[in-house]
Amino acid sequence: MQDVDKIVNGKDLFKKPEYQETLTNKKQFEGGMGALNPAKVEEVAEWTTTWEYREKNLAREAITVNPAKACQPLGAVMVALGFENTMPYVHGSHGCVAYFRSYFTRHFKEPTPCVSDSMTEDAAVFGGLVNMKDGLKNCAAVYKPDMIMVSTTCMAEVIGDDLYAFSIAAKEEDQEDGGKYLPEDYPIPYAHTPSFVGSHITGYDNMMQGTMNQLTDGNVDKENKKERINIIPGFETYIGSIRSVKAMVEAFDYDYIMLGDHSDQWDMPAGSYNMFAGGTKIADAKDCANSKATITLQKYSTVKTMKLMKRWKQEKVELNPIGLKGTDEFLMKLSELTGKEVPEALKVERGRLVDAMQDSYPYMHGKKFAIWGDPDFLLGVVSFLLEMGAEPTHVLCHNAPRGWEAEMRALLDTSPAKDSLNVWAGKDLWHMRSLIFTEPVDFMIGNSYGKELMRDTGTPLIYVGFPIFDRHHLHRYSISGYDGGLNLLTWITNKVLDQLDEDTKGIATTDYFFDLIR
Amino acid sequence: MGPESLEAKQKAAVEEVLKAYPEKAAKNRAKHIGVGGPEDESAKTCGNVRSNKKTVPGVMSQRGCAYAGSKGVVWGPVKDMIHISHGPIGCGQYSRAGRRNYYIGTTGVDTFVTMNFSSDFQEKDIVFGGDKKLTKCLEEIDGLFPLNNGITVQSECPIGLIGDDINATSKIYAKETGSTIVPVNCEGFRGVSQSLGHHIANDTIRDYVFEGSLPSMGEAIETTEYDVAIIGDYNIGGDAWSSRILLEEMGLRVTAQWSGDATLKEMAQTPKVKLNLLHCYRSMNYISRHMEKEYGIPWIEYNFFGPTQTITSLRKIAAFFDESIQAKCEEVIAKYQPMIDAVTAKYKPRLEGKQVMLFVGGLRPRHVIGAYEDLGMEVIGTGYEFGHDDDYKRTKDEIFRSTVIYDDVNEYELEAFVKKLQPDLVASGIKEKYVFQKMGLPYRQMHSWDYSGPYHGYDGFAIFAQDMDLALNSPVWDHSTAPWDKEGEA
Repeated sequence: MQDVDKIVNGKDLFKKPEYQETLTNKKQFEGGMGALNPAKVEEVAEWTTTWEYREKNLAREAITVNPAKACQPLGAVMVALGFENTMPYVHGSHGCVAYFRSYFTRHFKEPTPCVSDSMTEDAAVFGGLVNMKDGLKNCAAVYKPDMIMVSTTCMAEVIGDDLYAFSIAAKEEDQEDGGKYLPEDYPIPYAHTPSFVGSHITGYDNMMQGTMNQLTDGNVDKENKKERINIIPGFETYIGSIRSVKAMVEAFDYDYIMLGDHSDQWDMPAGSYNMFAGGTKIADAKDCANSKATITLQKYSTVKTMKLMKRWKQEKVELNPIGLKGTDEFLMKLSELTGKEVPEALKVERGRLVDAMQDSYPYMHGKKFAIWGDPDFLLGVVSFLLEMGAEPTHVLCHNAPRGWEAEMRALLDTSPAKDSLNVWAGKDLWHMRSLIFTEPVDFMIGNSYGKELMRDTGTPLIYVGFPIFDRHHLHRYSISGYDGGLNLLTWITNKVLDQLDEDTKGIATTDYFFDLIR
Repeated sequence: MGPESLEAKQKAAVEEVLKAYPEKAAKNRAKHIGVGGPEDESAKTCGNVRSNKKTVPGVMSQRGCAYAGSKGVVWGPVKDMIHISHGPIGCGQYSRAGRRNYYIGTTGVDTFVTMNFSSDFQEKDIVFGGDKKLTKCLEEIDGLFPLNNGITVQSECPIGLIGDDINATSKIYAKETGSTIVPVNCEGFRGVSQSLGHHIANDTIRDYVFEGSLPSMGEAIETTEYDVAIIGDYNIGGDAWSSRILLEEMGLRVTAQWSGDATLKEMAQTPKVKLNLLHCYRSMNYISRHMEKEYGIPWIEYNFFGPTQTITSLRKIAAFFDESIQAKCEEVIAKYQPMIDAVTAKYKPRLEGKQVMLFVGGLRPRHVIGAYEDLGMEVIGTGYEFGHDDDYKRTKDEIFRSTVIYDDVNEYELEAFVKKLQPDLVASGIKEKYVFQKMGLPYRQMHSWDYSGPYHGYDGFAIFAQDMDLALNSPVWDHSTAPWDKEGEA
């Protein structure tokens, strides 16, 4: 029973003897092996750690277990929230939108506005035209966004709804009412984002491509380009990273457009609530074809989008400012594009990061890491690990696009330890479990889904990635630029030191190595 | 504030809120919003609201889908089975381990609740059909997870649209292997909310668990006169555990939990119990009615939120049994009373008079009202994401004062009602949480207990009281306004 002076929640409540008795008592009714024969559970658990199990596990062809990817419309929602006063609108059933909203909200601890047009059985049979007409009108009337960005769920994709025709029809119908909610020039960019193709980064790409293509329609000057660059962050879940990139460009004192800037939307100050904050100005987005270059910071999240540059006769640049080298390359390219030298302040910042790397390297050198995440994120962070002399033993990308595996292999081949470094494209986190049991690592770098791997394999997890549900505020930091490099270095080094203390804290056994100074 | 003025304010708010909509939407939403009172005998449902209808498109509903109702709610917590999210990758990922269905077991070996199994449909599966892939999925699962006691196939939207026959595929595989394979046609576009998913899932339990031939899972349970099952408790944060302990203390034997911390065997053996105890009426009344009709097992609804309702429910349950149980029931009530008195004495003065607005799912929009009122708090608005008429009828008995009733409330409406009625606390889900916290309003998630709980039973009430105090009386809400913006301060 609770003690009123020390009320405890489930963490300690169920440790109380009366609850332990209840839980033990419950087993007599259970049919699970844990109740029937615990020894058998131990035996099978042990078997899952073996090479034999690993072979069987890696031979899987059909079932995915504990994936490290999500579906297209999630990425499309992110794109929409990077534009000024823009409502993401998902054409399909509303259950999907409930999922996208809760998924992002659990990660950012911020509201995530997004509507759906609630298609149900009748729409599955007759198509979703009525839903879209009503939905666009209601959304515009109630939330008053300046733009509505339409993507699709797999339901709408399977029945083959025509988004362009539907949005025209919605506007036409509204014109009869005087264009009250959807004036003729109201922007409704759209993209087809089928969940059964690619992953969330494919959806990001499709929505960004659709938006840029449609908003610039009729405003592409192929001859005269402005002294201005576009930057596309990609499926960037680090708010601080977007700010770091902006700060770097601003240090060059050069005009730029951040296309899809959700850094204010998912980082609103307390005090009052406005549904939308910050974002790329719609006018800027409409003019982006006339900038002299577009830089993508995640080339694998923008494959289709970056094909627009050829048509626009605009320079296309692919960079990845995570880690020292990635940031160096980013700044050198900015220097080239702007015709200006790298600003002094950034040179100093670089010096400080290198100084910090030289202070901490003994703790990362030779340490083995398992890491998973999106393709561009992995290229950046693995590059940083190599810069520190660490060994990324298992690099796993569930949503690896074409070309990624070879590029990652080439990167790992620059390491002296290359023969023991492995790339796992298209594999999931249940594969990762087998890999870690059979070829152990010192640390894991990944998202919250690594939590069960941490429990099962005993390998410490350094939280970097998306989604992170069970650690707070990490997304507010940067992992890009020199300042982002310093964050990565700090998180990783201090986790290594925490673990060193953990391993040596045994009183009168190992605590001779429990050093005060490290 | 007198009760009249509260009601008038609420009615004005309702009228005001509807003004923002285009005509067709306003007409629709008007039927789903009302003001209800405990004395209101004329209304068919609380606030005379209509429910379980299609959501107005484009308004940011909080509703989920049939898949969420089946995989997320009813089947997902059954711990010794593997639940395949059958279709594209997203649904399983977004719903993974989000509900806090606690269980004891070795995850990945003999229990699987927090894992995500997906058939990860690709374009070729949509074009050519995914039945062969499903068979392969079932084989691979049995190869790698030999201690699973069965597999459910939770259909995502495309399955029903492309004409896959998961029922035939499952049947063939089950016949070949002798395992329990449950196909569930819970495509997300079916119905208007997660509610239909509950119903579909209930029906599959009837067809595949009660009427199926299950492989042996140890000895059959010897029955007693005091066997009961907990139905519709998903053990969120351990709720079913802090409930069963009370039932056990009063001499009953809880032989099954549906479906938090459940094993297939417990569910299969439920038709042998003497009484079904139904907590979440919305999601499991179907199977309770079926067991009543088919096996003659009576069922009663109970409410373990807050001491007043807990005591009423304990006595109601005891009344089904003999005097020995009734006597023990009184002993249990007497045993916990001093603790509850102390909890109330500690927290009521800190919470009394604080007003609350709720918006939750199955049973909580009405069931938790009593717990707030036990602490002297006043619930002035409530509504269901996916309730039906019978839920709104039952709500009439649980409200204490004039209350705004909003069915399938959307982001705009909830925000508008909160701004107009200015409650001290909003209690709803994760999607709305930060909207209200930005405004400086204390907030508690009432689906996940905000990562705390359990809230059921006596021990749960103590946690509930402590958490509400934590939310309302935390110093953090005072920081929203900067000193230079505070009136009358330099």
